[in-house]
Amino acid sequence: MNFAFPVLTSLIVFPLLAAAGLCALRNEATVRKFALIASLIEIVLALPLANFQFNGDFQFVERMSWVPQWGLEYHLAVDGISILMIWLTVFTLPLCVLCSWTGIIKRIKEFHFCLLFMTSACIGVFTSMDLVLFYVFWEAMLIPMYLLIAVWGGDERKYASIKFFLYTLAGSTLLLVAIVAFRIAGGTFSIPELMHQSFGFRFQCWCFLAMALAFAIKVPMFPFHTWLPAAHVQAPAAGSVILAAILLKMGTYGFLRFCLPLTPAASEYFAPLMIAVSIASIIYGGAVALGQSDIKKLVAYSSVGHMGFVTLGIFLFNPRGVEGALFQMLNHGVVTGGLFMMIGTVYERSHSRDIAKNLGLGKYMPAYMFFWGLFSLASFGFPGTNGFVGEILVFIGAFNHSLLVGLLIVPGALLSAAYMFRVGLKMAWGSPSSATKWPDLCPREWAFLLVPAVMVFYIGLAPSLFFQMITPSVDKLLADYDSRKVAVEQTIHTATQDAATGAWDAKRN
Amino acid sequence: MNFNPALIVPELFQFLLILALFLQSLNDGARGPRVEKWVPTVAALGIVATLASFSASGMMFHDVYRIDGLSQFFKLVIAVCFFVTTLNASHQPTLAEDRRADYYLFLAISAWALMLLSSTVELFSIYLALELSSYSLYTVISLRAKEKGAAEAGIKYIVFGAVATAVALYGLSYVLATQHSTYIVDLATKSWAWADAPLAVVGLSLFLAGMFFKLALFPFHFWCPDVYQGTSNETATFVATLPKLGAVVILVRLATFLTPGLEITTILAWLGAISMTLGNLCALAQTDVKRILGFSSVAHAGYVMVGLVSGTAEGLAAATFYALAYVAMNLLAFWVVSRVASDGRNLHLNDLNGLYKRAPLLAFALGVGAFALVGLPPTVGFIGKLFLITAAWNHGYNWLVVTLAINSAFAIYYYLSLVRHAYTEETVSADAAVPDTSAFSLVGAGVLSVMVLALGLLPSPVFEYAITAGRGLFH
Repeated sequence: MNFAFPVLTSLIVFPLLAAAGLCALRNEATVRKFALIASLIEIVLALPLANFQFNGDFQFVERMSWVPQWGLEYHLAVDGISILMIWLTVFTLPLCVLCSWTGIIKRIKEFHFCLLFMTSACIGVFTSMDLVLFYVFWEAMLIPMYLLIAVWGGDERKYASIKFFLYTLAGSTLLLVAIVAFRIAGGTFSIPELMHQSFGFRFQCWCFLAMALAFAIKVPMFPFHTWLPAAHVQAPAAGSVILAAILLKMGTYGFLRFCLPLTPAASEYFAPLMIAVSIASIIYGGAVALGQSDIKKLVAYSSVGHMGFVTLGIFLFNPRGVEGALFQMLNHGVVTGGLFMMIGTVYERSHSRDIAKNLGLGKYMPAYMFFWGLFSLASFGFPGTNGFVGEILVFIGAFNHSLLVGLLIVPGALLSAAYMFRVGLKMAWGSPSSATKWPDLCPREWAFLLVPAVMVFYIGLAPSLFFQMITPSVDKLLADYDSRKVAVEQTIHTATQDAATGAWDAKRN
Repeated sequence: MNFNPALIVPELFQFLLILALFLQSLNDGARGPRVEKWVPTVAALGIVATLASFSASGMMFHDVYRIDGLSQFFKLVIAVCFFVTTLNASHQPTLAEDRRADYYLFLAISAWALMLLSSTVELFSIYLALELSSYSLYTVISLRAKEKGAAEAGIKYIVFGAVATAVALYGLSYVLATQHSTYIVDLATKSWAWADAPLAVVGLSLFLAGMFFKLALFPFHFWCPDVYQGTSNETATFVATLPKLGAVVILVRLATFLTPGLEITTILAWLGAISMTLGNLCALAQTDVKRILGFSSVAHAGYVMVGLVSGTAEGLAAATFYALAYVAMNLLAFWVVSRVASDGRNLHLNDLNGLYKRAPLLAFALGVGAFALVGLPPTVGFIGKLFLITAAWNHGYNWLVVTLAINSAFAIYYYLSLVRHAYTEETVSADAAVPDTSAFSLVGAGVLSVMVLALGLLPSPVFEYAITAGRGLFH
């Protein structure tokens, strides 16, 4: 379905234009208002996406030649897998502007420039249908994120920002080689076209590994997660929100968009490994989160665990698992984004991320504790919240897959309840209260916390709209996957036969 | 002898410039208009002259001089590059007043020789053009106030250059003795396998040493960081950009018969791999900005090899394009270095501290340059690298492609530290370099940044030309 108005391009270009416009402003207050208005306009620009048809096709397609000599294209589209991520990105932007309204006090213009640039690159990542274009946005996003951490971060921002940059860039260097290899083998950079081709098994394995490294670092999966706590803890609140809500999703999005459709046989082959690593992430993330005294670090490690559920769901290769993964991606964005905004809010009062310095808020900041409790419940998947929907789906998928996998992730779910309760307990009723003189939430804080809070209930209580969006694409993805996995397995079979006969012939001659 | 002046307009124009500069230098440059004022203007006219004969083609001087797509492409890049470097050198604080005419004279000769080099298709003429371009640089490098470091750099460059060119000449004799020709066109018909002509392979490898020296490819790279550091920022700009173009054009011409799988091609691949890895690793430890850029040159010399060893027109076009990308990125980086060190000092990383506040546009330009050198999109550095990788994949040197990719990860640290100092370090020491924020400096930085970004976003017209030129080499 083609719209005359280039919706996706406008979503990518508008933040850049707004960022350029920002440079002309002088007054700090104006900069904030300008950025807020720009972020709201971005939402308005995204409204045509409501015309999204509930089928598995690529929609809002924009396609033109970029570098014809090498077959590079400017090719954008959305389907059920990416549409949620786009909405998430678009709605995260104004929240980021709002939650740094008072927290960011230096270099305000540059800060909002980075936010807007970041949004543009993120939309680009989720809509690119050309491998190189995807890579362009994927890498372009590193620079603003690096600056967000390195300039507005905490005391160890230098270490954290460089670690973030090095890790992510190192991971994605081989991704580029894999992209080129696909082009040489398949004759195109276009993802929808490559999805219909079958590649040799060895080729798939190498490409899978190259891509999986990049995505696993981004997710991050144990044992590539070490950059995440450092980056989260040092980043400013808005930086953490973007990191948690959007950046981490790019890794799992990459698995869904590239690994499964392009290298189905290798995905099947490496699935046990990926499942094992996911389970390790869930257990490890939960266990380490339980031991943290720094609230932000706790939520950062909980991200490792939650993203483990996502990767697990993906590599179960059954509809419930993949749907659950997509839901978890959205949920984690909403909930963890909300939690990081809350940490930013309380940090502005206590100037500490230590649990011991943020005790007993319940009596003095009831509204705050209400939101915290809500997001905590959502975080460990309490029924009625959005976390429940995602987690139950992954659980169903896991038990469908095998009893062992299902049993192994149960402790992970328990752990997340344990660490969220532990920190919630201390923050609500810990004594002596450190919040005696702190004001409760102001209207601005209400505003940016209400949005994720509403989403928690909406997704939790009425998820059908989201099912309608994602199910056709997931079904298509899996049907496609199953058929091509078989095709490739047959070719492997014949290839081994050929090799065997070849060796036999060689010996005989 | 078929002489047609219409074909060599750029060279003739540059030669007239040299004559004019020579006349002015006779009197210590005291008479006539100020040399740093008029030379850039004339150099700009030189670009027009190059454009005028852009589509020329033909053979001259008993077929040793070939005017084709490739040569005209490189001449244009050299002309543009010469214009930018002369403009950059016009604000040179460490150059004595009475040396200015000589300085420009030698730069002009070197650029002229490089123009000749891009058209020569016979080993002796290549050798002569190479020497001509080097000799003039030997002089220029030590022209930096009364600094001993500059003299040392000059001597280092001479010694290295002399050895490299002597080796090249020695190799040439082997090639002539075994293959009985020095014309590239004839050489391309001969066998270059070790089994068929071992001496010729040795000879050609040695001959290539001359190019490697110009390009600063391992193991002829040692001079590079030292010379960049010793000589003035403006001279380093010239040394870092133009001579590399000359080396690349010859390598591209020779690479037409260096098909993948030949021993000599594998040597090239190995040297490329070692060069990029060594260059990037050495750069990690540097704190002098020009030394960083020096080692980065060594690494980039290795990157170019990826295109050359593929043995296809696409590969040669990718190498050509990457040479252009390299030059654009380095002009930008050196422009910022020259402008930030407005007193002509050597920039330490700490001199860049807080640059975002003191000179926002220069800081931005430095960021663009640094990220382009890493190969991050949407700059020309990325698209150039993508072309190299795509052209070289599945032509027998996949390991080299993987090495290239992994090298980006090594490189990011030191390029990032340029950006880090400019954008995130807030403490500016009292004796930090004071950046030049005049319109001249900012417009230059802006235009060069736009060029680096524009070539990255819309590379296809330029690449189209490079690929046509590349196909032309294979007939």
